[in-house]
Amino acid sequence: MTIGVIKVARPREMSFPESLYLVEIVKGLGVTMGHMLSNIVRQEGIKTIEYPEVRRQMPPRFRGKHRLMKRENGAPRCVACYCCPTACPAKCITIVAGESPDPAVEKYPVRFDIDMLRCVFCGMCVEACPCDAIRMDTGWFTPPDDTREKLIFTIDTLLEK
Amino acid sequence: MPTLTINGMAVDVPQGTSILNAAKDVGVEIPHYCYHPKLSVAGNCRMCLVEVEKFPKLQTACSTVVNDGMVVRTDTEKVRKAVTGVLELMLIHHPIDCPICDQAGECGLQNYYMKFGLHKSRYDLEEKVHKKKVQDIGGQIVLDAERCILCSRCVRFLDEVTGTRELHFFHRGDHSEISIFPGRPLDNNYTGNLADICPVGALTSKDFRFKCRVWFLKAFDSICTGCSKGCNVDAHHKGDILYRLKPRWNDAVNQAWMCDSGRLTYKAMNEARLLTPFVREEGARKVAAWGSLLPDVAFRLKAAADKGGPDRVAVIASPQSSNEELYLLRRLATELLGTRNLAFTHRVAGDGFADDFLIQADKNPNSRGARLLGIPDGAVFDVLVSKIAAGGIDALLVFGNVLGPLSEEETAALLAKVPFVAQVGTNEGPVSKAATAVLPSASVAERGGTFTSHAGRVQRFRFGFPARGKAKNPVEILVALGNRLGAGWTFAGEASVFHAMAESEAPFAGMSYDSLGMFGQEIKG
Repeated sequence: MTIGVIKVARPREMSFPESLYLVEIVKGLGVTMGHMLSNIVRQEGIKTIEYPEVRRQMPPRFRGKHRLMKRENGAPRCVACYCCPTACPAKCITIVAGESPDPAVEKYPVRFDIDMLRCVFCGMCVEACPCDAIRMDTGWFTPPDDTREKLIFTIDTLLEK
Repeated sequence: MPTLTINGMAVDVPQGTSILNAAKDVGVEIPHYCYHPKLSVAGNCRMCLVEVEKFPKLQTACSTVVNDGMVVRTDTEKVRKAVTGVLELMLIHHPIDCPICDQAGECGLQNYYMKFGLHKSRYDLEEKVHKKKVQDIGGQIVLDAERCILCSRCVRFLDEVTGTRELHFFHRGDHSEISIFPGRPLDNNYTGNLADICPVGALTSKDFRFKCRVWFLKAFDSICTGCSKGCNVDAHHKGDILYRLKPRWNDAVNQAWMCDSGRLTYKAMNEARLLTPFVREEGARKVAAWGSLLPDVAFRLKAAADKGGPDRVAVIASPQSSNEELYLLRRLATELLGTRNLAFTHRVAGDGFADDFLIQADKNPNSRGARLLGIPDGAVFDVLVSKIAAGGIDALLVFGNVLGPLSEEETAALLAKVPFVAQVGTNEGPVSKAATAVLPSASVAERGGTFTSHAGRVQRFRFGFPARGKAKNPVEILVALGNRLGAGWTFAGEASVFHAMAESEAPFAGMSYDSLGMFGQEIKG
């Protein structure tokens, strides 16, 4: 295959009044002032939002922060099958399995850590989960924090959401 | 020799071979659950059905003996339908709890379902017959009756290999299950094998329970260090953590089995390891660097030999060391230090339990090798200990974590009599608590070498993963010490040491790592 050449049109030459910029600056200021005035008159049309007091509604399939689901009795739904750390391309999930106090459950995660600094939000863990125990439907990003340790979400944090 | 054709391929096999084994010879895999090469043929799982010309019905390949002129087909639609049907029947009451099952990843049901099944279940979970899960039936085994496919491998193992017959079938039809008799748990030293031979997750290991998923594990060939039998094992590890040992087939040694205590020997390679070299100054541990510690140890040994004569220096070898290490250590003691104070002991604290199958009374993997290499055992060791106790030794080099059967107090009292004690060991123990200088050694999983079993079989254990912490291969330590003492050794790794040993030591003459191969080689004479 040969490399194709695409011809791109050069920007047209500026006329003399344009090259002086004077008129153009005034025109630009006009646009800015126009927006400001129209925003004062019609406040509901403003495009920007007052984050973090106001938050945008995310689309339903947005992959955000993880959460762990609970059973009816409040215990984690996760059975520590290790499907999510197996599927995880970023290797950000650490599970330690243990013998559950509930004999009907048998296996449960003693530890379930997600390193949010490593997570790439691909959603493979959700796809892999056979128990629908992990979801990414919290609809929000990982908030920033000041230490790395705080961004390793433990099982308690993940069950709260 | 009967000649038959399997899927159009002609095979010559000895009289009495089953179709299943004949097919294996030509690379045709016939699915099976109840058949196990080391157990009697039961023919009850019906997975190995094959079509044989002139037979009106499908035959079980495991129990049908080949005949001259037989024409066997394993790839016809009739066979496939039958096998899929058998698999569906087995899965009717299976709980499909793979997410919490330790067998997942090495499970016969999972593997064959992907190959021959892929059907939708016609039973709802509620309609299934539920049996008792998570039963501790003694030994190293957890029983989940629900997952069982009633292949009877475990029943035959306990009947034919251990002869203890603890497990049996109870109830009938859909309710049929294996179980122990009430109040009579598994009571033998080979229960761990049940988890290995169980093709599904009905019998799983208590020790390995929920520790790790099997698909994360990697295996390497090793030798069990629990006793002098030298059972061949596959060591399974993830990173630098060992998770389990499984028997590796060697018909000359352990067949397909290993004992329960041997299975747990991996724990010492994970826990309480010596990871950094250190010296003890006025009772306190002070971390040292290899670069300064090795010359220092060599200098102290040499200085003691020069000052009071070579008989003021002693070397205690360990039957936990490989042949290569013992060979270098003997040369270091006799040629370089010139001392006659060299001994080891095969004795350890404990009962020295033995049976007539795999468990040997000598709990060290390489006592035979040490004796063959001319390191004296028994009485000579006792003489050396009394000499140390009498204050007749100025510098001592100890291999191993314990001094034979001596307790921690006895070891501490004995080593206090010697001004300088250097130890090369893998784990914290009585010796590391008393030694003046501690040189951490790589464990069996972290180095390569050979052991000589009680029967004189030289077998290789392989390097699994790099040594933890700052531990070093003892061959490397010995070469470094030897060269500081003026040996001029050029050994690089255990292979070159083995080569030199095979040239100079009669019992190992003519051996090489290639000739040892997978299964080892008997010594001469």
